[in-house]
Amino acid sequence: MTLSLEHYLVLSAVLFAIGLYGALAKKSAIVILMCIEIMLNAAAIAMVAFSRFVVPTLLTGHIFTIFIIVVAAAEATVGLAIIMSVYRSRETIDVTKIDLMKW
Amino acid sequence: MPEQLYWLIFLLPLAASILIFLMAAPFKARPRLFGYIGILAVAASAALSLWALSDLLSTGSREILIPGFEWLAIGDSFRITFGLIMDSLTAVMVIVISLVSLMVQIYSQGYMHGDPGYYRYYGLISLFTASMLGLVLTDNLFMAFAFWELVGLCSYLLIGFWFERPAAASAAKKAFIVTRIGDIGFLAAILLLFAETGSLNITEVNHLAATGIIAGGTLTAAALLIFTGAVGKSAQFPLHIWLPDAMEGPTPVSALIHAATMVAAGVFLVARTFPIFEASESALLVVAIIGGFTALFAATMGLVMTDIKRVLAYSTISQLGYMMLALGTGSVAIAIFHLFNHAFIKSLLFLGAGSVNHATGTFDMNHMGGLRRVMPWTFITFLVASLSMAGIWPLSGFWSKDEILAGALDSNAILFWLAMITVFMTAFYMFRIIFVTFGGKYRGLGHPHESPRVMLWPLLFLGVLAAFSGLVNVTGGFGHFLGHGETTGFLEGFFSVFGHPLTWLSLAFATGGILLAYAMYSARWLDPAFIRQLFRPLHFIFSRKYLMDELFEKAIAQVLLLKGAFAGLQFFDSRIWDNGLNSVIVENAIVRRLFAGFRYFDEKGVDKAVDGVAGGTRWSGRILSKAQTGQLQVYALFIAGGILAILLFVYLAG
Repeated sequence: MTLSLEHYLVLSAVLFAIGLYGALAKKSAIVILMCIEIMLNAAAIAMVAFSRFVVPTLLTGHIFTIFIIVVAAAEATVGLAIIMSVYRSRETIDVTKIDLMKW
Repeated sequence: MPEQLYWLIFLLPLAASILIFLMAAPFKARPRLFGYIGILAVAASAALSLWALSDLLSTGSREILIPGFEWLAIGDSFRITFGLIMDSLTAVMVIVISLVSLMVQIYSQGYMHGDPGYYRYYGLISLFTASMLGLVLTDNLFMAFAFWELVGLCSYLLIGFWFERPAAASAAKKAFIVTRIGDIGFLAAILLLFAETGSLNITEVNHLAATGIIAGGTLTAAALLIFTGAVGKSAQFPLHIWLPDAMEGPTPVSALIHAATMVAAGVFLVARTFPIFEASESALLVVAIIGGFTALFAATMGLVMTDIKRVLAYSTISQLGYMMLALGTGSVAIAIFHLFNHAFIKSLLFLGAGSVNHATGTFDMNHMGGLRRVMPWTFITFLVASLSMAGIWPLSGFWSKDEILAGALDSNAILFWLAMITVFMTAFYMFRIIFVTFGGKYRGLGHPHESPRVMLWPLLFLGVLAAFSGLVNVTGGFGHFLGHGETTGFLEGFFSVFGHPLTWLSLAFATGGILLAYAMYSARWLDPAFIRQLFRPLHFIFSRKYLMDELFEKAIAQVLLLKGAFAGLQFFDSRIWDNGLNSVIVENAIVRRLFAGFRYFDEKGVDKAVDGVAGGTRWSGRILSKAQTGQLQVYALFIAGGILAILLFVYLAG
């Protein structure tokens, strides 16, 4: 069996759905951050797959993926820093308890 | 001198002011630094002013116009450009302002030592200097008005510098409000001139007035309105009441603002727009009468005050009256000449009074005395200034005062005698200060001491100017420099002035005043208490300032306005309008019949619709606000659901 574009896209969709579910349903901010990473990586897989199968001679998708990795790293840094400072002031990282934005 | 440098004359102190306020917080521990900034800036301005003067002397026209930039343009007709004039009048003014300001700021390094508001003081003094220089430099009535108000503002802030003292705070308010009455006149004059000529440029307006394009009633009205502004700023009768109270401010401020510069702005303004006055006989007459009357009127009050600064304040009003008198008799050059001499003399007197206050801690002359021995430098400079003020030959005051007297003699005998009696009074009250403060025995508390050097140097410098500044016009050189209004020209030559009887007469009056002061306060041939008893009613009126404060506050503010005008309006409102017209016509005929229909429509139709919209919004808001849980994940869920819905829609529709 040869791997076709569809296989990669299904993998990507499954990863994305898992990530989305986690980001929406989990209570721990750390887990949510990890789930967002999963979603970003799902997108990255889709990019590389498209690049490989649709425009094999160009490196567009690869470049995009590298960008996503860089952005994801930065996002993780900022996200963790926010979580740290929230934890310091409120002693919790339960996102359901962080609701001061109400109204 | 390059054109741009003219701008620096007033921009440098402005920059210093901004810099001082910016540096206030970080450099609060080193207050003297603020003083150095201010002094440096104004010293540069003074140097530039002298340079400008030398440039001006080399040009034939005695006028350098510096084109400015368009400051404001509305449509094609309303344009305000901001340029500078440097003519002989401006040159004299900038030199007076920058030199006096320089001396005052150096002196303040000693006088204000240790005051917590040091930076605020220097920031405001620099701002004042900048606005005053701007006022004399601008070529435009609108900008002149802006600077005019700025100096008023600085005066207000500096009179109220020690605002924690109620007397200072209310004196500041009084000064601001009273001068504002005059400012309204100035503004009205500007609007009137603009409506008539469509121009705000001073040179153009002056030209139009001189050539008779604006004339008649409008011109007289404009002149009188400008004069109203001058009356307010220069503390002329009846708006003089603010100046004596303004003495609540720090003494160097009084020397700079309320003796030498700002109060002279009124005289400057009239001189600047003189062609407007010149074309109207009646306006000139009003200026002369107000000036001559104020000169005498203020001098009488100066005779009896016991506060040294208040005597000087009334003296200032009186001398400004002289300048107005000179303007009214048509001799601009002489008025400015007197302004020039008076600025140095009076700022020196004020700084001397400040030095005395520094030593004794009081301004009340009853608690001074004998300071001649402990404060020799202050005494000598004060004596020179007093002699000069009294008009003793050959000091500065003599040269300008006698020119004014000569001008008055030519125009009107009554005004001449008013001025002559004032000469006597001036000599008397100046030497009353000398004998009471510096002669006799010390009557105050503590041990007075001579002021520090930083305060004495400015006194000496100003002393030299106060003695010799008048010599520039001994042969009429100053008058020729100013160009217009060459006077009757009786004073020519250092010794030949004695060829005219007027010189002898005025010197006799002045020495008479000095001798009377000597007889009463030094030799005690006449007992001051006895004299006071003899002229009891007069003394009462003089020392209560002609009851003018009471008149303004009680009679005008309380009785006339509150009980009179406002009560009348209220009576009209409640009785005549409400009961009469309102009830008969408005209520019966209109409200009950016609308006009832409107009201029905209004209440049932319009109100319901408006209320309905408001209520609906409120209701839906209450429902929708439930969706705002503050839970980030719920929001994210909505976003995800939304994206899914969009994708689904695109998939199904596409």
